Amino acid sequence: MGDRPSPLLISILCIGIAILYLPILVLIGYSFNASALVSVWGGFSTSWYRQLLHNDQILDAAWLSLEIGVVVSTGAVILGTLAAIALVRFSRFRGRLLLTGMVNAPLVMPEIITGITQLLLFISMLHVLGWPHRGFTTIAIAHIAFCTAYVTITVQSRLASADRSLEEAAMDLGSGPVRAFLDTTLPIIMPALASSWLLSFTLSLDDLVISSFVSGPGASTLPMVIFSKVKLGVSPDINALASLIICLVGVCVLVAGYLMRRTERQRLLDAQLAER
Amino acid sequence: MSNGIDAGAEVTARPRERGEWLMRHGKWFIILPPMLYLLVFFLIPFAFALKISFADTALRMPPFTDILSISPDWHIHLTLSLGNFQYLFTDEVYGLSYIYSIRTAFFSTLICLAVGYPMAYAIARTSKSTQSVLLLIIILPFWTSFLLRVYALEGIIRETGLLNSALLWLGIIHQPLKIMHTTLAVYLGIIYSYLPFMVLPLFATLEKLEYPLLEAAADLGSPPWRTFLDVTLPLSVPGIIAGSMLVFIPAVGEFVIPTLLGGPDNLMIGRVLWDEFFGNRDWPVASAVAVAFLVLLVGPIALYQHYSTKQLEA
Repeated sequence: MGDRPSPLLISILCIGIAILYLPILVLIGYSFNASALVSVWGGFSTSWYRQLLHNDQILDAAWLSLEIGVVVSTGAVILGTLAAIALVRFSRFRGRLLLTGMVNAPLVMPEIITGITQLLLFISMLHVLGWPHRGFTTIAIAHIAFCTAYVTITVQSRLASADRSLEEAAMDLGSGPVRAFLDTTLPIIMPALASSWLLSFTLSLDDLVISSFVSGPGASTLPMVIFSKVKLGVSPDINALASLIICLVGVCVLVAGYLMRRTERQRLLDAQLAER
Repeated sequence: MSNGIDAGAEVTARPRERGEWLMRHGKWFIILPPMLYLLVFFLIPFAFALKISFADTALRMPPFTDILSISPDWHIHLTLSLGNFQYLFTDEVYGLSYIYSIRTAFFSTLICLAVGYPMAYAIARTSKSTQSVLLLIIILPFWTSFLLRVYALEGIIRETGLLNSALLWLGIIHQPLKIMHTTLAVYLGIIYSYLPFMVLPLFATLEKLEYPLLEAAADLGSPPWRTFLDVTLPLSVPGIIAGSMLVFIPAVGEFVIPTLLGGPDNLMIGRVLWDEFFGNRDWPVASAVAVAFLVLLVGPIALYQHYSTKQLEA
């Protein structure tokens, strides 16, 4: 892979990574600060974490966010996988360009626009159809839309590189196309589905802007509660909560990355065996 | 095949034919669910925003007038109000916030590019196993909550934060620097939050660069900086554009960063939209702001789509 990067490049890389991680590490450090003054180090303590367990507002919001996250990631994985199959396996169908555009647009669309437009839709739907009431349902519907885009792109690339010969063999042996897909290709792309489930979960758990728009009275997700507190400045219990969320998300992403890498390695191994 | 010259062929052919029927019509069972979902809950909402941007404010729920009405004698009346768009031109806060957002996003994108390019270049030149570890390190903050990362940055740059404490302790400054609630804080926030968006697409193009090409240039006597300018840089243009758009587009619409880190004069479109909606409750004007904003973004979004699909095909 060419010559080694120069010391200058390596130092820029290190500084860049340091910039990305330093604030998070400092935040986690301060969450163990015994002092209520955020600028003074008062010794090691886990009291802020224990206080979180007695804060009903935060616990309710956390529970709501987790529930939404599970519903959203399950829905997004189903819809996103179908969209990926459609885009990879069916090279020509009416609306293919439209579907491609709708899958890619949410990734770059500013959240504030997506949030406003979806709110306007929900208001009009409620007015005409009497459904959906703003809260859990509308947040979940809105999150599924943008998570589906992420799932589609992840699964799409995995599906495109999957070997189809097993599936064709199954069809030659008399399986219908659906059966053949479920028996051969689905197990191959399963890790990609699992990792996109985890990524959708973290995206849904993190979202503030879209949730704030489409939510109604009484339904506050965790980021919404955090935002209303953070506007008032740095506080030690938010430090503890933020550290917990960052660690949870970090674990999700690491597991997702591990799953992706393992399948990638398996695929390379299979390819090598096939060549032999 | 349907003639069935010998029985064996027909038996094996039957599932195939059923398969062909499924392939021809059954594919809609796969295509339609995601297609309809995204159509109803992602694309059609834009039509609603467009519709409401032509309505007038009304004291009812939903707080705007219908632009389509049917009179008792079954005539359909279309009442389009251009007042909201005119209003965007009369009140200078909208024009100023558009210009301010674009300027902020533009310079943040340039700085992200200046920092992100060497990072991506360095990652692309390490061994495959180091690459995957480094990429994971870059991707991890990419997935971590924006809100929490911006909040974490506040811990560094506020008056009693780590940066000021360190500088005071080193004796470089004698008064704490005021960074919070300034334009500088908004820039720092955007660069810090969006740097991974720049590095990832850049890495994707730089990784595919053919190193024999660079070696050939070196063998022919080209100094490293010439090789970089003549070979590497032109070949990485798709990555530069994809990464820049991935930073620029969401940065223009940024709401959390100017609200938490900026001061009252850091009025970006995202903040104006939010206030119009939740503060003034003027939905038609907010919709008009959103529509005008979207029109502004059509160019950059098209540019991004073009170069990112190009990158996928390469």
